[in-house]
Amino acid sequence: MIVKQISVFLENKPGRLAEFTRTLQENSIDMRAMSIADAPDFGIARVIVDDAYKTACVLKDAGYVCSITPVLAVAIPDTPGSLVKILDLLGENNINLEYTYAFTTRKVDTAYMIFRVHDTEKAAELLSSHGIQLICQDALNQI
Amino acid sequence: MSNYYQPEIECASREQIRAWQDERLVKQVRHVYDHVPYYRALMDDKGVTPDDIQSVDDLHKLPFLTKDDLRDAYPFGLLAVPLHDAVRIQSTSGTTGRRVVAFYTQHDIDLWDDCCARAIVAAGGTADDVVHVCYGYGLFTGGPGLNGGSHKVGSLTLPMSSGNTERQIQFMCDLGSTILCCTPSYAAYLAETICERGLQDQIKLKAGIFGAEAWSEEMRRDIENKLHIKAYDIYGLTEISGPGVSFECSEQTGMHINEDHFIAEIINPVTGEVLPDGEKGELVFTSITKQAFPLLRYRTRDICVLSHEKCSCGRTHVKMSKPMGRSDDMLIVKGVNVFPSQIETVLLNKNYPANYQIIVSRENNSDKLEVQVEMTPEMFSDAVSEISKREKELVEALKAMLGIYAVVHLVAPKTITRSEGKAVRVIDKRNLY
Repeated sequence: MIVKQISVFLENKPGRLAEFTRTLQENSIDMRAMSIADAPDFGIARVIVDDAYKTACVLKDAGYVCSITPVLAVAIPDTPGSLVKILDLLGENNINLEYTYAFTTRKVDTAYMIFRVHDTEKAAELLSSHGIQLICQDALNQI
Repeated sequence: MSNYYQPEIECASREQIRAWQDERLVKQVRHVYDHVPYYRALMDDKGVTPDDIQSVDDLHKLPFLTKDDLRDAYPFGLLAVPLHDAVRIQSTSGTTGRRVVAFYTQHDIDLWDDCCARAIVAAGGTADDVVHVCYGYGLFTGGPGLNGGSHKVGSLTLPMSSGNTERQIQFMCDLGSTILCCTPSYAAYLAETICERGLQDQIKLKAGIFGAEAWSEEMRRDIENKLHIKAYDIYGLTEISGPGVSFECSEQTGMHINEDHFIAEIINPVTGEVLPDGEKGELVFTSITKQAFPLLRYRTRDICVLSHEKCSCGRTHVKMSKPMGRSDDMLIVKGVNVFPSQIETVLLNKNYPANYQIIVSRENNSDKLEVQVEMTPEMFSDAVSEISKREKELVEALKAMLGIYAVVHLVAPKTITRSEGKAVRVIDKRNLY
């Protein structure tokens, strides 16, 4: 149920993100989701791709510093209050959310979000047991 | 206007100066040989005894001292008097983080103060002046040196120390400071601030004594025009005493070396051979009157030229040009000595890769030190806060080592140019020389 996110160090300079995405394009890597965390002088690009292992190899060869981070991909029903329900569950069980970002898919009635928490296993079990749909790595390509 | 503090010395005949130097050098070599085992060993290695030194003509026979010797002999190895007789230390940074510590007896402080007093009087200072000292006080020699000199002259001394520009300007206006002593870049900053606030009419400055870092003739004119003062250069180094080893007169064409205390030589930095007058080379000083920390043939690493041409001010002491560069890789940033090796030591201690680059620039007349380090897989984290925390730790470690703030910049791997031979570690964008 755990998804592998690629986190990449990027300098905070014009053109760096374009360079990075071009590297993915040239290697036919398909991105499902992306988010950027920024500090004053650098950024961390976080991406969900179709093939995490291949991407890590490609980036390493291209001279990037990157790491694989376990995250959860959560389906959020498109009804008011569904995100609140999930966040409440995490909060009540003392699971701290480090960051989160949403992404779109071809499906229209569901939203998806990436959750980065400290205890990924515990969070995955908790959410599953409450009927919340988690997307596994393979399923990401289908949605 | 005479503007001499000790005219009988400052305008002494060349013969008289030479006689003082001969007599004092012979005595000093004996003193050092008898009391500094470290230097005695260097002399023994070279097969030189105090008897071989009969006059300044024999000076070239003595071994050199370098900053490495000061580091090896730290802290007491070059002390030439019992600690009981020493009354003060001052300090500056050394090559690999070990500081240079210099000792002074009361006699040494007095002669240092005299040298600074000569500089202040040469700049027009009298007992009626208000001398505003915003060099740093403490281990740095700038503040204590000019402070002591100002006392000797009998001027009212404002021991402002560095920083707090608001207060500097307020005191300058309220107390009527007439002579400003600080680094040239800080003088330029003060000048700019004073002009911006339209306070030119409220300040009474007539002269400035600016040193401890390189500055251009252009910068001098800029400060002079903005503050309506005459700006004088001053030179010195902690190892030899501090500011006042040499100072500028009204002619502004070089700095008179206080030759009754310090003998200057110019050498070829590669071969160590003494060069004739007028040739460019490394400046070497021999301290002939100091008791506690009398360095013989100390290599300053400053590249300059000496001139014995007659000066219109009436002083007879030799003049040195502004330093035109360094024969080592030392940088002077905000008046503070910085060695790339110090930065490397910090990086390695903190497990950073040895591939780094130091960029020095000057923005708004203020020096900026930037250290670029490449990101590595080991340092990388998915959390911004983790990386920021590491950056902050590095900034603090650099501050502790260098005494000044450096901006740390993490850059992508392999972006710092690898060179075939000697790595280009330092990019100095200031065009100082």
